[in-house]
Amino acid sequence: MSSREDILGALRRNQPAARPLPDVPMFDADLPPALEKFKSSVTRMGGKVVELPHGADLTAFVRERFPDALEICSATPEVTGTRDLGAVRAPADLHDVDVGVVRARFGVAETGSVFLSEAELGINAIGYLVQHLVVFLDPKEIVPNLHHAYQNSVFREVRYAVLMTGPSATADIEGILIHGAQGVRSLTVALVPRAAEA
Amino acid sequence: MREKRIDHAEAASEFIASEEHVEFHDRRLWDLRKKRDRESEAIPEWEELRALASAIKEHTLTHLADYLEEFERNAIRNGAQVHWAVDAVEHNEIVLDILRTRSAKTLVKAKSMLTEECDMRPFLEKRGITVIETDLAERIQQLDDEPPSHIVVPSVHKLRQDVAEVFGRTIGTDPDNCDPHYLAESQRQDTRPYFIGAGAGMTGANFAVAETGSIVVCTNEGNADLSVNVPPLYIASLGIEKLIPRLDDLGVFVRMLSRSALGSPITQYTSHFRAPRPGTEMHIVLVDNGRSERLGMDDFWTSLKCIRCGACQNTCPVYRRSGGLSYGATYSGPIGVIIDPTFSLRKYSNLPFASTLNGSCTSVCPVKINIHEQIYKWRQVITERGQLPFVKKQAMQAAGKVLASPKLYRAAVEGTHVATEHLPRFMVYSRFNAWGRQRDVPEAPKQTFRQWYLKNRERSS
Repeated sequence: MSSREDILGALRRNQPAARPLPDVPMFDADLPPALEKFKSSVTRMGGKVVELPHGADLTAFVRERFPDALEICSATPEVTGTRDLGAVRAPADLHDVDVGVVRARFGVAETGSVFLSEAELGINAIGYLVQHLVVFLDPKEIVPNLHHAYQNSVFREVRYAVLMTGPSATADIEGILIHGAQGVRSLTVALVPRAAEA
Repeated sequence: MREKRIDHAEAASEFIASEEHVEFHDRRLWDLRKKRDRESEAIPEWEELRALASAIKEHTLTHLADYLEEFERNAIRNGAQVHWAVDAVEHNEIVLDILRTRSAKTLVKAKSMLTEECDMRPFLEKRGITVIETDLAERIQQLDDEPPSHIVVPSVHKLRQDVAEVFGRTIGTDPDNCDPHYLAESQRQDTRPYFIGAGAGMTGANFAVAETGSIVVCTNEGNADLSVNVPPLYIASLGIEKLIPRLDDLGVFVRMLSRSALGSPITQYTSHFRAPRPGTEMHIVLVDNGRSERLGMDDFWTSLKCIRCGACQNTCPVYRRSGGLSYGATYSGPIGVIIDPTFSLRKYSNLPFASTLNGSCTSVCPVKINIHEQIYKWRQVITERGQLPFVKKQAMQAAGKVLASPKLYRAAVEGTHVATEHLPRFMVYSRFNAWGRQRDVPEAPKQTFRQWYLKNRERSS
């Protein structure tokens, strides 16, 4: 424990006179309509937005969108895949899945982000190891900006939380934008109302 | 032991030798700066966010011990294990011990300036651990056995043919194929088996939230999420200045980080690691390595506010035209120039002179660090402590005498056009005139300002 005491002791000896902690405003006056802003933000970040009617056949939607996919794994009961997520033992076992499907808890208009945690992902790696990811989002569940997003108590409850914005991307070679760096090659955000709780 | 002084200008001459590289480097980074401007100008509250970010960081730093204790309490409650390292050596030993105890032989890691600062990779590799950098640019640098040259875009000094050469030599790609898509895809394919088989994953931290005990990591490639969410063991290493008090504060910083760095509204992945997945372990290593001492430096403690966005590098004319590697330090560019001397005043005593003091770094800094003023103050410290290199000292003493005497100054200025016209080249461009090395001294006007002023004032009166 001595390093801990050394560090804390040195900090207390050296810390400058106390400065106050400001409150953070919500900065939500005069913002554009959330849904429109969300859609343009997702597109800007390299994601694709699709709007589906309530009650659409979501399994058929995923199949049609990825006709060549051999393995589909879904973390939401709205889609029946070829791989049962409940039977996956280790995260690495998802490495040969072509398409993953999840439902986000909420979206953020300002950035085009979708919120996912272990509750939505089942196995966190489904968001990254698969080649393509489809995320369902209820268009009513979009908050205007990041300040609103961080008001959600879910950040205090889950083990893992991600604000996911478009697919995996890199511009590390001469600034050329490439999607599918280490994570998913494409991200489709399908706006479709959440099925009413039974 | 006396450490060798880094000669920034000398090191930069290597980079400058390739016009193609300098031209691209300058243009690419300036493009990031312009994108940053577009983003910041689109947000009416941008300046308010900067003021908030600065105030939150200053509050945290003036209560850092308390916030570290709060963070530790919450992290332990979440099921993480917390370690404290006074310096780089202790950090590296802690990481090695965690890996050895769990028999982890391969470590996949996300980019972390802290582990660069600690020189962790060679330490672990010498002890039998395979370390794989998983960010594309960082992997390029690892395979080329070079440190990162930029905080956010570590291989920005390389062109596509350089990457093709490195990959051809190391991961077996076609060295003549310079297509960035081919190169990126090759690295993806080469790295995936490591993600799947690694015994441990590691990240740095962009932020650590005291009230929740969360580690927050921002990446575009998703490599941090793979490094943490696939292996059974996760180690997060962070400098103690990464703390922020509340989730509310995260909104301020996340809104500004990628906008300042790359000109995008957010990174593709903003990931919050609060607790280990069931059946796995999460370790957090809190590293001091000189930070607590820096906190006690009246003129320099606010450099600890830095969120490592790299905006000051992108905007700096000296950085853009000399390349990050020429600084010979983990942190390069304006922020490096004010941090590096705290690690070794002698070794880095040249760096604060690698600046025009134009203040552009200060005006783009999202946490309002007075970078250019600190650069100027470091110059004073270095001079006072006798760390000024001989040539610079001679030049400064001569300049000091001339500038202190109006008569000498006038004589010198009036002589300038005579000197540049009539002195042989070897005298104008000698090693005592570092300024003339990469530049042609402009032709001096025949009439000095004073001569012009006296003449025109006579005329108007």
